[in-house]
Amino acid sequence: MNDIVSTVAIMCGITGFLAFLLTLAKRTVGDYGIVEITINGKKRLEVRGGDSLLSALSSEKIFIPSACGGKGTCGYCKLKVIEGGGAILPMEEGLISAEEIGEGVRLACQIKVKEPIKIEIPEDLFNVKEYKAIVRKIEKITPQIKHLILDIVDGGEIDFKPGQYVQLVAPPYAESDESVQRAYSIASCPDDKNFIELIIGYVEGGVCTTYIHKYLKEGDSVNFNGPFGNFFYKDNEREMIMVAAGTGMAPILSILRAMKSSGINRRCSFFFGAKTKDDLFFMDKMQNLEESLFDFEFVPALSRIDPEDDWEGERGRVTEPLLRHLDHIENKEAYLCGSPVMIDAIVKLLIEKGMNEEHIYYDKF
Amino acid sequence: MSELNPFVLFTASIFTSNMILANFLGMCSFIAVSKDIKTSLGLGQAVTFVLTFTTVINYLLYKYVLIPMGLEYLRYIVFIISIAAFVQLVEMIVERHLPVLHHALGIFLPLITVNCAILGVSLFMVIRRYSLVQSLAFGFGSGVGWTMAIVALAGLKKRLNESRVPKGLRGAGITLIITGLMALGFMGFSGMMQIS
Repeated sequence: MNDIVSTVAIMCGITGFLAFLLTLAKRTVGDYGIVEITINGKKRLEVRGGDSLLSALSSEKIFIPSACGGKGTCGYCKLKVIEGGGAILPMEEGLISAEEIGEGVRLACQIKVKEPIKIEIPEDLFNVKEYKAIVRKIEKITPQIKHLILDIVDGGEIDFKPGQYVQLVAPPYAESDESVQRAYSIASCPDDKNFIELIIGYVEGGVCTTYIHKYLKEGDSVNFNGPFGNFFYKDNEREMIMVAAGTGMAPILSILRAMKSSGINRRCSFFFGAKTKDDLFFMDKMQNLEESLFDFEFVPALSRIDPEDDWEGERGRVTEPLLRHLDHIENKEAYLCGSPVMIDAIVKLLIEKGMNEEHIYYDKF
Repeated sequence: MSELNPFVLFTASIFTSNMILANFLGMCSFIAVSKDIKTSLGLGQAVTFVLTFTTVINYLLYKYVLIPMGLEYLRYIVFIISIAAFVQLVEMIVERHLPVLHHALGIFLPLITVNCAILGVSLFMVIRRYSLVQSLAFGFGSGVGWTMAIVALAGLKKRLNESRVPKGLRGAGITLIITGLMALGFMGFSGMMQIS
């Protein structure tokens, strides 16, 4: 009996002593104290050192875009560090170009806050907030796309520019053991401040889209943060050409709804690309907008038409009807939303045809 | 107690009884982290540091706690705990002062905890009944030897990048062959002295 007690006591003594030493070490070596973060030369924050810059900022309610959850793989959380970020890490080099390194661009998720640090972020990010919402509606609008309406709870309101996006947070669920966030453009009108609409496509194996398509139900609560993004409606007199494919309709729809509610009288045409007739959605909404907007034309184009479908609209890639609308292009501006391949091709085409590069706005996803 | 001169032990643990090339202990990080000389040197230093100190700590624990209490049979758990605590400490230090190295080593830094070379040295020390000074020399020498082996391998791998390796051997295959050849080479030293 005695040997059991003494063995356990000695083991406890040894482990306890080591734990004591480690705690001392944590207090000295592991403690970075209170560190000051200076943002844009004016806002000063005091945070506990040792965390990543990204999480230090989000604990102070400043949300930097991040899709991968701080793993250093998406490169969304880029910001300028003027002073105090330490040496650039090998992990960052893959996502930051040599030119950006010269300017001091770093990944907020990789930098640890250990010494006073000075950073620069776009002013817009101060507007970014975190929202709690309840799913009012989640509905399949094509075999691959769902339409969501999220009601912001607790009387919260969101201020955004039409075309901007939010980041939806997928909590850990059956098929994913960590929380991730993904960016989705807002489809609703900025005048509706207490809810947002999203259009979300299913991506095979995508952590967030699987959550939305297979697990999220009406009445569930979700979190999102935003708004983010430099792709939004620019107020001027130029005629607008809009091009999108699939879920890329979301920001364009938001822009059109904003134009309708503010009574903006600009000529605009929207070229929408889809594969088959089944992939088309919101045709009724587009028709309504055609009737109620000043001078708006909606041109859907199908690239893979079923012989059985009766389709009288445009055939082929979305660029084909677009090409026929490119006269006087120097006086027009373009809003593009779609895959990088599609956008690169259209930007090239528009510049070739004489559009000013500065008048082409796009959102790649 | 063995009568070996600590200096002999130190030299022997580098050349003739090298942890990797003679005892094949601590192979996993040896193979995985040997891509770059600087990183290998960093890991080698961390391993040497941990090896030297844990050997001494474990010696003291064994001699002054476990033996007097008749608890020699607890040595595995005690050695492992003290190694784990020490690695945790090293991680805190590296994270604070050498962030680039901390990133480069990634998971391999905490994995030093279960680096068999480290537990191996502590156990050899007990089995071979080394004194405190001998243990210190043995631990430090083993660390230096481990560092030398991994840095040498990283250097060789760097040259390999520029040479034409048969497709089927690229990566781990050629690394293991090179390690084998290095072990053969180091056997040449074995006539100098023997400690085991």
